[in-house]
Amino acid sequence: MDLDKNRKLELFRMMLLIRLFEESLEEMFSRGILHGTMHLSIGQEATATGACLALDKEDLITSTHRGHGHCLAKGAEPFRMFAELLGREDGYCRGRGGSMHIADLSNGNLGANGVVAGSLTIAVGAAQSLKMQKKDNIVLCFFGDGAVNEGSFHEALNLASLWQLPVLFLCENNQYGMSMASKNAIAGGSIVKRAESYGIESSSIDGNDVEAVYQSVLTNKKEIISNCKPRFIECVTYRYRGHSKSDRNLYRTDDEINFWKEEKDPLIRFTSKLLEENIKKTDLEKIESEVKDEIKSSVKKALQSPESSQTNLEEDSYA
Amino acid sequence: MPEMTTGQAIKSAISLCLDNYEEAFLAGEDIGIYGGAFGVTDGLLEKYGEDRIKDTPISEDAIAGLGVGAAITGARPIVEMQFSDFIANAMDPIVNQAAKLHFMYGGTIDVPIVVRGASGGGTGAAAQHSQSLESWFCHVPGLKVVTPSGPQNAYDLLLASFVDRNPIIFMEHKLIYKIKEDVQLNTIPKTSELLGKGNIVREGSDITVVSYSNMVNTAKEAISDKKLEKYSVELIDLLTLSPLDVDLIISSVEKTGKLLVCQEAVGDSSVGTTVISKVVSSDAFTKLNTQPRLLSGLHSPMPSAKHLENKVIPQKEDIINSIIKMVENG
Repeated sequence: MDLDKNRKLELFRMMLLIRLFEESLEEMFSRGILHGTMHLSIGQEATATGACLALDKEDLITSTHRGHGHCLAKGAEPFRMFAELLGREDGYCRGRGGSMHIADLSNGNLGANGVVAGSLTIAVGAAQSLKMQKKDNIVLCFFGDGAVNEGSFHEALNLASLWQLPVLFLCENNQYGMSMASKNAIAGGSIVKRAESYGIESSSIDGNDVEAVYQSVLTNKKEIISNCKPRFIECVTYRYRGHSKSDRNLYRTDDEINFWKEEKDPLIRFTSKLLEENIKKTDLEKIESEVKDEIKSSVKKALQSPESSQTNLEEDSYA
Repeated sequence: MPEMTTGQAIKSAISLCLDNYEEAFLAGEDIGIYGGAFGVTDGLLEKYGEDRIKDTPISEDAIAGLGVGAAITGARPIVEMQFSDFIANAMDPIVNQAAKLHFMYGGTIDVPIVVRGASGGGTGAAAQHSQSLESWFCHVPGLKVVTPSGPQNAYDLLLASFVDRNPIIFMEHKLIYKIKEDVQLNTIPKTSELLGKGNIVREGSDITVVSYSNMVNTAKEAISDKKLEKYSVELIDLLTLSPLDVDLIISSVEKTGKLLVCQEAVGDSSVGTTVISKVVSSDAFTKLNTQPRLLSGLHSPMPSAKHLENKVIPQKEDIINSIIKMVENG
């Protein structure tokens, strides 16, 4: 099924928003405005975009330490995200969470998680809630290739399969867990085979092809709801930047990084495809200009937000 | 008021929660047809069905994580770790997730989950099935830690824990399960205000004995012994370890001038050391007429043999001797 033009432009806009949001963070970090560290998903925008835009607002997601893209694509406001990273009162978590811990319940985002594989069992629990509430929604659980070697990955898949819970496990295989290449970390070599061994229907797709991700998540969601069984997608992708801000990229070559940037970039590829399909260049340029303005005004507004309050930190630990 | 064991009282409280909250469910190992390793959930599967009494594979990490995920999306899970030692397999969902989500997501998410586990020694179950690990969780902001000592308080505390909007670590000492008493079957409270409140089990003026969990029962036996009949001992059952009822302890010590803390858990960095540090750094310090004392489990894994277990866990005689020594020398 081919997507309509508007949907395609939405996918384009979201990928661009994520790219420019993170480039803006990088720029602020280099100027010393941002405190702490962050994990950028530049190069992986197609997976977050395709997956989240295929969901309804009532569908839930759990996210990872590399979660800015998931958060934006599930509907978060760039202003409040910038405010969070800048430690401002208007931030999603009032400066208490930062880059790694943004939750946005109003849009179904149960939160980004700083622990690798930390959200897999949480997604299973959220799916148990959906099942009890008899809702026709799913939980989409994002995690990386590094998570598949954690015990909780296996416990979560096992339980979700046994209890027939509405979870779509989505592995963003960006091929490195920090510095550890996934090919050196995953015995047996196949992530999908691991998922299949739990009786979960699984597939591996090009995670840099935004339409492929969109269609796959859409199809899988339908199947999950009609068959009451979890499903699994591996999205093969690549991160251009280091793991975090301390990374010197000693574990991979410039040639490898440049290959992905030049040959496989999700934005370049999708832009070319849209132009081939006779979408006007001026339409794309207009979107680009709007997104740039949105980023610029969001940063400005975030910088004007007051510093988050230091009072009640102990009380805020408890509901 | 029916007479019941602590195990039955906990089951009654759980049933009341299931009756009144359709979003409540149980998950854990062997809680269904087996009835729970200690019989607490016996019969609940028949009554509530397998959609709400959920037997799990042996996957403590997933059991706790499942509870967290369900709790943040509107369900009210009560999950069981069976032997609380196995909570070591579930530390990430409890310590890094349950305890942190409310704070780090800026207060937008609550995690109302009760994690039950059977703690403590005295049953010959040895080092990996007998620990008292409650102080681990007192060190983590965001968690509340509850340790009943008998049927009535277990019943009331379970209900309060269920009502609370925070993650609760509910440690049930194995030796309290069979203790019997008449239990007032109170309704579900509107608030969890019972949590964080200690109880004066017996009033006295010569010495304050602070204890919790099953050690309260040992302390009760000790202070009822003839050897102590000439002493007036005040016994406090903490009931909740985090948050701690510091005011109750301090006002008691201000009255008696002496503090003995008795616990089964290992002493270093424990509830007992916290209690003593709270007292000596408060105004009650000047009222102390002898140094506070901590009578704790030895710094040793729990051995299997009965006589060795008795050496590791403080016994009634140890408490009697400590009280006599402190009062006579004070």
